[in-house]
Amino acid sequence: MQAYPGLYPVAPPQSAGPEPLMTSALAPPQVLTHAGFDALLAELKRSGHRLLGPIVRDDVVVYDDIESTADLPRGWTDVQDGGHYRLQRRGDDALFGYAVSAQSWKPFLHPPGQRLWSARMRGDAVQIQPEPPPSERMAFVGARACELHAIALMDRALLGTGPGDPYYRARRAQVFIIAVNCSVAGGTCFCDSMHAGPQVTAGFDLALTELSDQSPPVFLVHSGTTAGSAVLAAVPSAPANAAQIAAEQTILAHTRASMGRKISSTNLHDLLLGNLQHPSWTEVGERCLACGNCTMVCPTCMCTSVADVSDLSGERISRSRRWDSCYTSEFSYLHGGSVRHSTAARYRQWLTHKLATWHDQYGSSGCVGCGRCITWCPVGIDLTEQVRAIAAPPAG
Amino acid sequence: MRTVTRKSRLAVWKFASCDGCQLTLLDCEDDLLALAATVEIAYFPEAGPMNSGHYDVSLVEGSISTPAALEHIRAIRRRSTHLVAIGACATAGGIQALRNFADAAEFAAAVYPQPEYLRTLATSTPIAEHVPVDFELRGCPIDKQALLEVLAALQAGRQPVLPHHSVCIECKARSSACVMVSRGSACLGPVTQAGCGALCPAYGRGCYGCYGPQEAPNPAALSARLGALGVGAQTMRRLYRTFTAEAAAFRAESERHGA
Repeated sequence: MQAYPGLYPVAPPQSAGPEPLMTSALAPPQVLTHAGFDALLAELKRSGHRLLGPIVRDDVVVYDDIESTADLPRGWTDVQDGGHYRLQRRGDDALFGYAVSAQSWKPFLHPPGQRLWSARMRGDAVQIQPEPPPSERMAFVGARACELHAIALMDRALLGTGPGDPYYRARRAQVFIIAVNCSVAGGTCFCDSMHAGPQVTAGFDLALTELSDQSPPVFLVHSGTTAGSAVLAAVPSAPANAAQIAAEQTILAHTRASMGRKISSTNLHDLLLGNLQHPSWTEVGERCLACGNCTMVCPTCMCTSVADVSDLSGERISRSRRWDSCYTSEFSYLHGGSVRHSTAARYRQWLTHKLATWHDQYGSSGCVGCGRCITWCPVGIDLTEQVRAIAAPPAG
Repeated sequence: MRTVTRKSRLAVWKFASCDGCQLTLLDCEDDLLALAATVEIAYFPEAGPMNSGHYDVSLVEGSISTPAALEHIRAIRRRSTHLVAIGACATAGGIQALRNFADAAEFAAAVYPQPEYLRTLATSTPIAEHVPVDFELRGCPIDKQALLEVLAALQAGRQPVLPHHSVCIECKARSSACVMVSRGSACLGPVTQAGCGALCPAYGRGCYGCYGPQEAPNPAALSARLGALGVGAQTMRRLYRTFTAEAAAFRAESERHGA
């Protein structure tokens, strides 16, 4: 990889390629019925977790509060393409038979708005009231491999090696993760290309594979942590048989083979940074709405801006941060104006950071191949197409 | 340390409009006492008190649609330290700017038995087209928290913290489903400035564009997609010509889809 010194402090090199398979599992896989899964959710609730999982709301699968498996998107799947999302019936009772939800877990770990402190002025005295980090325990039910990779990337950025972000740290430290191996790939999925899925390999307490064609339908469950094992041990389960363990790999092979999108991830860093003046940036800038949707749904876009506000009396002041986007003009506003004033420049900044300079900054790609930026772009701009356009020699 | 020497003198003015924006001020129920402690409402026909003189802040609602209004807005500018245009009418001509695309005299003749008594301009235009405006607070109607933020910012001598980016960013922040992507509905959110909290998409409707164009609007690219979703030229024209038809980016785009 070509070095671009001075752009970012260079992170220690990380091993490229897929992470090892589930060798970290603490015990042989177990099998859980739907009733057993419900008991597991009840057990997490009993131990004080706020249960969050996929539900269908406004014709879309989103993560929200759940009570039990009755809230999950039973029998639904999703059809996704550039700027297109529709739910469809599967014809079975699968609980996790959709590919990828509209939004990732990002809002729960790194919410759109976060007050940092407030202050009160009384005469000449200023009282500053720090905003305490939250203490809520959350359980993420149904996290996908790409999402766990995204959380790992956010961990690297927001926890890092320094003091990190205390709000992210507080939320993250208490999360219990039930991951799910993907049994279908969506039309815009390309996690396989990014070595970020579809198999869950790390970063979970429990990992499920839904064996929905068995009668009755069951889940194969792996424990990834002692906390996961303890919760699993508290509910009725049985050891998995060889056929069930084999079925998991068959499902994953099928998912891997049906990725809706592909990207050549070999040295995207040099390809993109070596083509900063490629005419396709201008072309995509003409189609791009600069609406920021791609950055809002990206599970690793974590940029924020900070603003101070005062009330009418001027006595109460507060500082808050909120999600920001490299598609806004204020994002790159320095003295006298925006550094990136064209939409093409903003798109280029987003894509080159995500796929290229992220390597310099954090030692890996910033993309996990979830495809949300493609699906939720109102005009269906496709980063995999953009990379292909850059890779192609310019016409003329 | 900041010391309050005297209350700011606030005036509220109305031109061609529905009153909805200035009533937002009265709608600030929980904050009215704080407001009264900070500002002296020196001119506000809708609320009662009327005083003459110079104003620290003039909130101006409505568009300029008559010769008298043209004179009046210049007088208001002379008497105001800060002039804040509030609402879609004052910032983009309002619904009445639809006359800009037709013959106002013909409308008058159709509506009034004796149109010769009317003194009206051929166009309905935003305040900034006639006098310098210090801040434009968008919306149809404006948001009351945003109004309080503008007043607090003026009071503190700071910039108001209000967005200029797209509605989509607010829509995603409240976890609404994108109606364009998930339903194929026409939505102006991607080209419209935030500030409403993405209200319509949260109720399953496409954005009507009340807040006018966002800072970097690309309506041509949006229209191309809407066309592919089956939106015809007439509907497209109407989409861009609702509340903020006179806003430059929306006006130009509407004209690309026929007169």
